[in-house]
Amino acid sequence: MPWDRNQMAERAAQELEDGTYVNLGIGIPTLVSNYVGDKDITLQSENGMLGMGPFPFEGDEDPDLINAGKQTITELPRTAYFDSATSFGMIRGGKIAAAILGAMEVDENGDLANWMIPGKLVKGMGGAMDLVAGVQRVIVVMDHTNKAGETKVLKKCTLPLTGAAVVDRIITNLGVLDVVEGGLKIVELADGVTEADLRAATEATIV
Amino acid sequence: MNKIYGSAAEALDGLLFDGMFIASGGFGLCGIPELLLDAIKQAGTKDLTFASNNAGVDDFGIGILLQTKQVKKMISSYVGENKEFMRQYLSGELELEFNPQGTLAERMRAGGAGIPGFYTKTGVGTQVAEGKEHKDFNGETFILETGMFADLSIVKAWKADETGNLIFRKAARNFNPPAATCGKVCVVEVEEIVPTGSLDPDNIHLPGVYVHRIVQGEHEKRIEQRTVRSREDAQ
Repeated sequence: MPWDRNQMAERAAQELEDGTYVNLGIGIPTLVSNYVGDKDITLQSENGMLGMGPFPFEGDEDPDLINAGKQTITELPRTAYFDSATSFGMIRGGKIAAAILGAMEVDENGDLANWMIPGKLVKGMGGAMDLVAGVQRVIVVMDHTNKAGETKVLKKCTLPLTGAAVVDRIITNLGVLDVVEGGLKIVELADGVTEADLRAATEATIV
Repeated sequence: MNKIYGSAAEALDGLLFDGMFIASGGFGLCGIPELLLDAIKQAGTKDLTFASNNAGVDDFGIGILLQTKQVKKMISSYVGENKEFMRQYLSGELELEFNPQGTLAERMRAGGAGIPGFYTKTGVGTQVAEGKEHKDFNGETFILETGMFADLSIVKAWKADETGNLIFRKAARNFNPPAATCGKVCVVEVEEIVPTGSLDPDNIHLPGVYVHRIVQGEHEKRIEQRTVRSREDAQ
């Protein structure tokens, strides 16, 4: 059985090293925070916060306390607030150990596309381009194929890029792949998924 | 040196003109200068260019100036929550320049610090880099981005003293400090003006040198994505 959303998030949580500062994107990446276990991880929210806490209890929402997805959240004893220029200074400056992000397409060069589909509504890149350019390690978490069953793991991205040669590791419902010299290397297969299954669902060169 | 004005309209008096460039603080609907935006709507100033991370929603934030067609151009990183914005953009009535969020913040900070340009690796190899100077430093490629110099900064803070020293609250700080610094004139709306001397000088978030006019008022502070957990789940 391929991994479901929660299993992908659980697998992605294994990537996080104890004592680091991490930025989680919207969607499956947000679920990763449910699986960090005993590890001491500080979450960065790029709108200007380190030490992001869980959603508030009903009635405790504070309009001055939101995350980068505009959701109401809470603070922790370790929380620090800062302005947007400082926030992206720490991102661009490589102080954030990892970003876990969703994607529309990834390719064997480590190129990532996750912000724009030409001809459709364009909402903007937000902080994604800064994150993939600046953090030490970029981990993509996504389904291996799109709703039409077409692979999202390509030889060359077709959509406008968020970043070129920025992805380090790809975690999909079928397994885990690393971006290496010459293509992608299989690191792990999801339970019950064979290497042949993963290869059949992948266009990128597997080395 | 009186910086305190009685209303948002008075605080903007003599500063607004058609075709001007305004830098605004705020992230989503959090920490936006809602009173000053409303006063700009009432003033009817047209052909505005706004540098603002977002464009509000249809009936709040910069969205209210889109309804009245006062905005000519937006410089933003994300504009997903606004139907009227999309309608005007797709029909060609509204210009849009996407900046990566960190590049937008740094363009404001740089402008306020007298820096006309800076190199960043954000956007290298993407559409954002097209037409921009590329330069290698230590074997890595960067692109040239420009500092931003606005005619007017409008920002929201939590507290100001009478000299304009500001304190922001929680995540409502966001783009407000960089936006405040990059305008020729900076007008600030606050929830409370406190007597000079009552703020801890070691805990001023933005010194009053950047602040020219202050207005105090009631804020709606609308929440865009109210997200909660139940007390049972937490146990």
